Amino acid sequence: MGGFLLRRIGQGLLVVIGVTLIVFIATRMVGDPVRVMLPLSATDEQRAAFAQQVGLDRPMGEQFVDFVGDLARLDFGESMWQRRPALDVVLERLPNTLKLIGAGLGLAILLALPLGAIAALRPGGWIDRTTVFVGLFGLSLPQFWFGLILIVFFAVTLRWLPTSGMGGMAYYILPAVTLAMPSLARLVMLVRSSMIDELNQQYVKTARAKGLRFPRVVMVHAMRNTLVPFVTLAGWELISALAGYTVVVETVFAWPGLGLTAMQAIQKSDLFLLQAIVFTVAILIVVINVALDVVYKLIDPRIRLA
Amino acid sequence: MAIPMPATRPVVATPKAQRGPAFLSRLDELGRELWQDKLGTLGFAVIVALLLMAIFAPLIAPYDPAAQSVISRLKPPAWLPKGSWEHILGTDHLGRDVLSRVIYGARASLLVGVVVVLAAGTFGVVLGLWAGFKGGRTDSVIMRIVDVQVAFPGLLLILLVISVIGPSMTTMIIVLAITNWMVYARVVRGIVLSVRQMPYVEAAEMIGCRTSRVIFRHILPNLISPLLTLGILEFTNIVLAEAALSFLGLGVQPPATSWGLDVANGRDYIFVAWWLITFPGMSIAITVLAVNLFASWVRVTTDPQEREKRFAYQRAKAAARRGRKAGAGPASQNQGGRS
Repeated sequence: MGGFLLRRIGQGLLVVIGVTLIVFIATRMVGDPVRVMLPLSATDEQRAAFAQQVGLDRPMGEQFVDFVGDLARLDFGESMWQRRPALDVVLERLPNTLKLIGAGLGLAILLALPLGAIAALRPGGWIDRTTVFVGLFGLSLPQFWFGLILIVFFAVTLRWLPTSGMGGMAYYILPAVTLAMPSLARLVMLVRSSMIDELNQQYVKTARAKGLRFPRVVMVHAMRNTLVPFVTLAGWELISALAGYTVVVETVFAWPGLGLTAMQAIQKSDLFLLQAIVFTVAILIVVINVALDVVYKLIDPRIRLA
Repeated sequence: MAIPMPATRPVVATPKAQRGPAFLSRLDELGRELWQDKLGTLGFAVIVALLLMAIFAPLIAPYDPAAQSVISRLKPPAWLPKGSWEHILGTDHLGRDVLSRVIYGARASLLVGVVVVLAAGTFGVVLGLWAGFKGGRTDSVIMRIVDVQVAFPGLLLILLVISVIGPSMTTMIIVLAITNWMVYARVVRGIVLSVRQMPYVEAAEMIGCRTSRVIFRHILPNLISPLLTLGILEFTNIVLAEAALSFLGLGVQPPATSWGLDVANGRDYIFVAWWLITFPGMSIAITVLAVNLFASWVRVTTDPQEREKRFAYQRAKAAARRGRKAGAGPASQNQGGRS
């Protein structure tokens, strides 16, 4: 267990190193941060002064050492747009994104298990075919468009729900549904197909032959085996949501989370803030990946963490 | 015991003259199989229509997609009270024809989708073949790179890179290709590893086939079915990614057109002109849905195991129908047939 965790943490370190290299190469060598961050009207003297102030006029090697040193101290520099340390902005907005992901993925996970299991009871039946088709449909809708259509329908026409922003429970409904939709479709399809496979297994016949009731066999015996791939996919959904797939939803609903902040940072040419967001999320993903491996172990004793 | 032998075509070299018709009959066979799956056929038909629409956009579109007109701003679609048949799907805030923009928008989506899938696919397949075939250190290095890159904060990193380099269609294609090759490498490596264990591959190696022959002749055919399905499904992901990036303003740049870009443009007018976001958005959804429906047919058709299941299912259904006609209920309702 210890050795395995160490290896996974080592791999996580590689991820952070990889992200560091890519961000450095993209921002310092391919792109010109001075050109990105200063307005077009800035004079050459202003550009030079700015470059000197943030240390962009020194040799690449020196810059890289500084860059890594700052990261190690979690010093991401000052957000030019908000005029305060970038990390403060990130830590202020991060909980909002986590709340949105919690609501959206929670919805998807809660609905996926029963829907997929019901569809799997009669493969080829009308419930099953409807579920598959609706699932494919859910996968095919562009998220940003689905969100806008929800706004038009529920917020503008019916006036039941607020259009955007963050507040009480009502503000969560539309963004959570939008975020949940593609995840729910993928999860339902997975539960359905692995449940069908499990219900065809011999142990199900044995359990039935012993006289156990069918609902119990489905809910306890088959469900437990279905949970293994389910947790893998749910973990993947969580990570990809964190990896930036909330950006679209947050932009559509003006949800003040990290994704919207990233888009605002791009608009304000606030490179340091954008870097801070990318690194914070990278570290979060590494931590969650390690945590997920431990969860697998708890669910499926066949997986050995050695 | 007289067991009816399955009709198999004798394995003899076809004379050159007969190659054409043989190919055609194979196509005909595939067409018949596709016809069995009505949703798959629908998907295929929509894909063909979209391709034609994208290629012949200048001939089909009633207007130049970029032509602005101050007099005919925000005209609703033709079937609404104020609409006119001059602009069937209405016009946007600059007086541009929505229908023409939707037709031209197909180009960006399909082009980005195809180019990215081909580029990322080629790169991923080559690395996957290399890792799977070489094994050892090469394998562990390549797979470590795959693992690490999969754990990157994908979209955020893409946003950062694009915003620094400057958004354009080329940037988007390159960045999407670089961030989407890993899945191909994983799939290919997995198949190569399992196929290499097969007796026929070991036999081929043992009788002294060259490595290239083993790879192309014996291993590659196993890859075609999963790669085809994977490529088609990835295509839908790329189309959605292109739309999302263009919607965020980091993909296709005006004056070029893209469905995602048009939804973003229409966003400010959702209170007064719902048609601006509806039609481009529906185009994306229909494209992706059609490809998904076709992909599920391809998956079943190219996978021998799935085919067997499907034919067994169809036969069981036909038998049940015959049984019902004969007046007796199907005796074995719950046996097999689950796919």
